[in-house]
Amino acid sequence: MTTTPSRPGLTALSGLAVWLGLLVWFSFWMGRQSYRWLPVQASSAAPLVDGLFSFETAVATFVFSGVVSVMAWVILFNRAAKYDVSDAAPIEGNLRLEIIWTVIPLVLVMAIAAYTIDVNRQIGLIGPMEHVHGGPEPAAADGSSPAFEIEVISRQWSWEFRYPAAGVTSTELHLPLERRVGLQLRSEDVIHGFYVPAFRLKQQVIPGRVIPFFITPTRLGRYRLRDSEYSGTWFAANQVDVVVQSEDDYQSWLRRAAKLPLQPGLSDASREYALQQGRSTSSGYATVVPAPPPMVNVPGSNTLPHDG
Amino acid sequence: MTITPFDPGIGELPSPQPQAPNGWKRYFSFNTDAKVIGIQYIATALIFLLVGGLLAMIMRGELITPEADLVDRTVYNGLYTMHGTIMLFLFMFPVLNGLNNLLIPCMIGAPDMAFPRLNAAAFWLVPVFGVILMASFLVPGGPAASGWWSYPPVSLQNPLGHLINGEALWIVAVALSGVSSIMGALNFVTTILRMRAPGMTLFRMPIFCWTALSAQVIQLIGLPALTGGAVMLLFDLVVGTSFYRPEGGGDPVLYQHFFWFYSHPAVYVIILPVFGVFSELFPVYARKPLFGYKFVAAASLVIVGLSLVVWVHHMFPSGVPQWMRDLFMVTTMLIAVPTGIKVFAWLATLWGGKIRLNTPMLFALGGLFNFVFAGVTGIMLATVPVDIHVNNTYFVVGHFHYVIYGAATMGVYAAIYHWFPKFTGRMYYEGLGKLHFLLTFIGTNLNFFPMHPLGLMGMPRRVSSYDPEFAFWNVIASLGAFLLGVSIIPFLLNLVSSLVRGERAPANPWNAIGLEWLLPSPPPTENFEDHVPTVISGPYGYGTGLPLVENQEAYERSLQQV
Repeated sequence: MTTTPSRPGLTALSGLAVWLGLLVWFSFWMGRQSYRWLPVQASSAAPLVDGLFSFETAVATFVFSGVVSVMAWVILFNRAAKYDVSDAAPIEGNLRLEIIWTVIPLVLVMAIAAYTIDVNRQIGLIGPMEHVHGGPEPAAADGSSPAFEIEVISRQWSWEFRYPAAGVTSTELHLPLERRVGLQLRSEDVIHGFYVPAFRLKQQVIPGRVIPFFITPTRLGRYRLRDSEYSGTWFAANQVDVVVQSEDDYQSWLRRAAKLPLQPGLSDASREYALQQGRSTSSGYATVVPAPPPMVNVPGSNTLPHDG
Repeated sequence: MTITPFDPGIGELPSPQPQAPNGWKRYFSFNTDAKVIGIQYIATALIFLLVGGLLAMIMRGELITPEADLVDRTVYNGLYTMHGTIMLFLFMFPVLNGLNNLLIPCMIGAPDMAFPRLNAAAFWLVPVFGVILMASFLVPGGPAASGWWSYPPVSLQNPLGHLINGEALWIVAVALSGVSSIMGALNFVTTILRMRAPGMTLFRMPIFCWTALSAQVIQLIGLPALTGGAVMLLFDLVVGTSFYRPEGGGDPVLYQHFFWFYSHPAVYVIILPVFGVFSELFPVYARKPLFGYKFVAAASLVIVGLSLVVWVHHMFPSGVPQWMRDLFMVTTMLIAVPTGIKVFAWLATLWGGKIRLNTPMLFALGGLFNFVFAGVTGIMLATVPVDIHVNNTYFVVGHFHYVIYGAATMGVYAAIYHWFPKFTGRMYYEGLGKLHFLLTFIGTNLNFFPMHPLGLMGMPRRVSSYDPEFAFWNVIASLGAFLLGVSIIPFLLNLVSSLVRGERAPANPWNAIGLEWLLPSPPPTENFEDHVPTVISGPYGYGTGLPLVENQEAYERSLQQV
């Protein structure tokens, strides 16, 4: 792409080659950096998602910096002189060039799509994307543990986790390390979003449906579960912790929890609502009244430091 | 060319002067002149831009600290809902319809729109539903607070149980906006297809007309789905049907399909005319023909086709089967191809040109910069696993604000400055314009870039409070938002002072090619009246020396006598 029909000189071509080399290096560097912009990887899906994101960051960096380079070049070197009102060379198009810049993006995006479909398949094998619609629920593999170990119930505005086999209820999600856990997601009112950034997983919880969902945690720690689908007044406060423990710790937590008496679970919404009711004046609009906090064995905590 | 005694007399036609006695009154009347309606649209839209921007600044004030401490959570939810609704339905669509009204008839040599009364009626619906929407702040219970998507069941919760509530008024307003847009779309499509000057074949039309045609076809196809979906939502809300209520056997996800079937293409309704503006401005200020005109024109139609089959990419986490995720990811990725054709065509147009960096060109270049950034994050969002992570986070908010503000609104500013002399007869002030550009460009990037790292870290959108680890980038974003608020001041100052005492504009201040530049500034009521020129060449003959119309010299001579 030169201004004149004459062949570009050797200096111009080598300059272009050096610049493209720099852009490629910069794009690779950005791709590597991209891992640092994401939360810690705490599920089997996370490395796959992050790998794809890193690849996309590199491609995006190359495209964006390439376009910006051309814009910077023309702004710096193709400016009209102060009193020059004449026109530039009337180049109206170039069929070969236009075919090239149609085909290259086509090949590029289809390559990204193929990579993505492959990642979809892998994540689907490992976990959550294979949930069925109205189909039969997958049976337990060996009969030792039920296919769905945990029931997740979302409300305006609290999360309740039931472990039916162990007879435990909680407002803090405990999961065993390195084991594929089946969850059943339900909502009692509106659509909520089950989102654990450290797991890179998200699923709308739709009232009237029971949604099967699978997670394989891969890192010990305490993470945040955030409601990701706007659910009304205290949507922003509808967040709880997820604790990933070793299998032994998890089992002993279940045993200890089963013996604890029931008490009100965590619900920041209920707490804030009660505070507001105590005041004489209201500074807000009408709101849906928060559901009472669920009665649970383990309320858990909402204020401990978390890893992601 | 040969000397011809022909005089089109275009210079002698009386120009309506806005400052003539009682002239301003026509802007407050049911006037059927497309140029009056265009200015009515743009002025109304700019007023609502201020309202929507004010709401945004209150939101960013709330988000400058992690706790919900500036306004009540219910108020925040109402603010963000109304911010989105106002910016889309009362700023973006009206301002683009304003540009359509001003530009389409002049660019194709038509005296007016095909259905002038329908045109005026479509405009006057805007203040009507604008008032309805604003009134919802005053009804008991407050305005709608379920986001501009208004997903059921949360939108069907009516805490006070009143029949007249914020949500019901919101639905009525959105439905009226849809009716107005359909009326406008009928008008624009008919005008472009039936009222072009002799010799102006489809492939001699300016790209702005191609993009306007494409955008308005989307309106005609997509809006009935949204309007139907909204009427069912209204029935669920006020008369107790259960189209979307799960307890009555309805399906809330059905609404998501209706909503996104229109509301994704709606993004193309917004961005396509802005592509048109870029395609008009780059040739003028680079003094070169648009590179690959036919490819750019056809790319708009390809975008229309694809835009109608991508809506499920908004619903990847909604519980859709794997095949649907794969299919809609591929269609979404394909849109990058026609869009890329346009971007490369613009770059090739600029390449080797004689670039003049005045205010409209700066806004167009800044808009292109932001658009390419939004484009590459859009590809990331199209890929399902990455979308699953960042869906409904600030990453998405950052992405679409780069599109809607960074590219579309900056493109609208570019258009307003570029055609301001034509339709007001006055020159704007270049210094204030450049200041406006600088503040807007810095403010946009300061405001919307930090949203990307926030989303990647996992901060959900629509929150009124957040965990402390998100504070740093939120402070930067808020400062950017306040800077954007400041950037409006030189813009308004420029508009008002130029209108009052700006230098008189010549017919063609930019030495641009196009039928609108063969009219006096401002153009007469019926544009060319009985002297419609015959078009004899393509729209961007910069450097070719080819005249655009027969007897072009006579038209230019006549204009110089004004």
